[in-house]
Amino acid sequence: MTRQSTPSDMKGMGTSQPSLAPDFSLPDLTGEKLDLSSYRGKVVLLDFWATWCDSCREEIPRFVELQKKYGDQGMQIIGVSMDDGPEPVREFHRRFKMNYPVVMGNAKTGELYGGVLGLPIAFLIGRDGRISAKHTGATDIRVIEKEIVNLLQSGAGSTSPGS
Amino acid sequence: MTHGEPSASLQTVASEIDNAERPSMTRLINFRSLLLLVIFATAAVALASLAFAYQAGLIPASRLISPDDLVKILQSGKSEKPLMIQVGSHVLFTQAHIPGSEYIGPASNESGLVSLRKRVESLPRNRFIVLYCGCCPWDHCPNVKPADDALHALSFTNVKILYISNNFGADWVEKGYPVAKGD
Repeated sequence: MTRQSTPSDMKGMGTSQPSLAPDFSLPDLTGEKLDLSSYRGKVVLLDFWATWCDSCREEIPRFVELQKKYGDQGMQIIGVSMDDGPEPVREFHRRFKMNYPVVMGNAKTGELYGGVLGLPIAFLIGRDGRISAKHTGATDIRVIEKEIVNLLQSGAGSTSPGS
Repeated sequence: MTHGEPSASLQTVASEIDNAERPSMTRLINFRSLLLLVIFATAAVALASLAFAYQAGLIPASRLISPDDLVKILQSGKSEKPLMIQVGSHVLFTQAHIPGSEYIGPASNESGLVSLRKRVESLPRNRFIVLYCGCCPWDHCPNVKPADDALHALSFTNVKILYISNNFGADWVEKGYPVAKGD
């Protein structure tokens, strides 16, 4: 199965601009709240995944590499686990030496993003907080990396974009 | 001859012993290589079996039911209605599931399988049961195969697995089939 990529159809309702990534405040693996809005100004790769998802697990080491490579340039990966509880996620996070935060997602978060009814699903969010691409299913990491580089270089929306 | 140097005769003897042992040494090395190869191949097969053990692709086609066929059964006034069990993630179930279906838990872990066995233990073995998940592309779903195996082991004879090619969103919700939300 190849990932379905929709780089240009993440449009806002009735506007020509891509839609703002819905904000959320979710607990990370230590129980601390993580607010997506606090990452405004960075390029964010929001990855919906689960420990039991084969394709998700394959992607994690590549995401760890991307975080190492582009973290200093303003890119931040945030994992949203769709596991039913945090225990297996904590273990996975430790074992795979994940170098980016993971929050525990829920049905509401999934619905905010149009329904996360299959994994993995990743959203690329520009510095302006707008969704620039959605990838459903396993994908070629080079595609995501290219999009990250483009967003980092575009420098779009480094200030608050409004809505 | 200096002290410590082997004499010519000793060197000859050593050489003869060396030559005499070389074929057996070669055989030993070959045997070790073969043994290592066998061990490596066995481990590789075992790992591959483990990796594929949960894959839905191993479920015989005769045990599958398509979304379209299931909907027809659900909408038919005559057909026996199946007990539908979702064996995936609760987070996914809460977002969308087939109306009337029950959440059991991921059958890829033991607690999910325990719940599944408990749910069906009192049912007649010819009860029509449909298992589904839709968390992942079919060949990557870790849940439906163990669930199917569990019911098979309990001698259920009328079990179908809902064939979801990509995921529940793409192959059920977006197709316009009936959906319920919540627990």
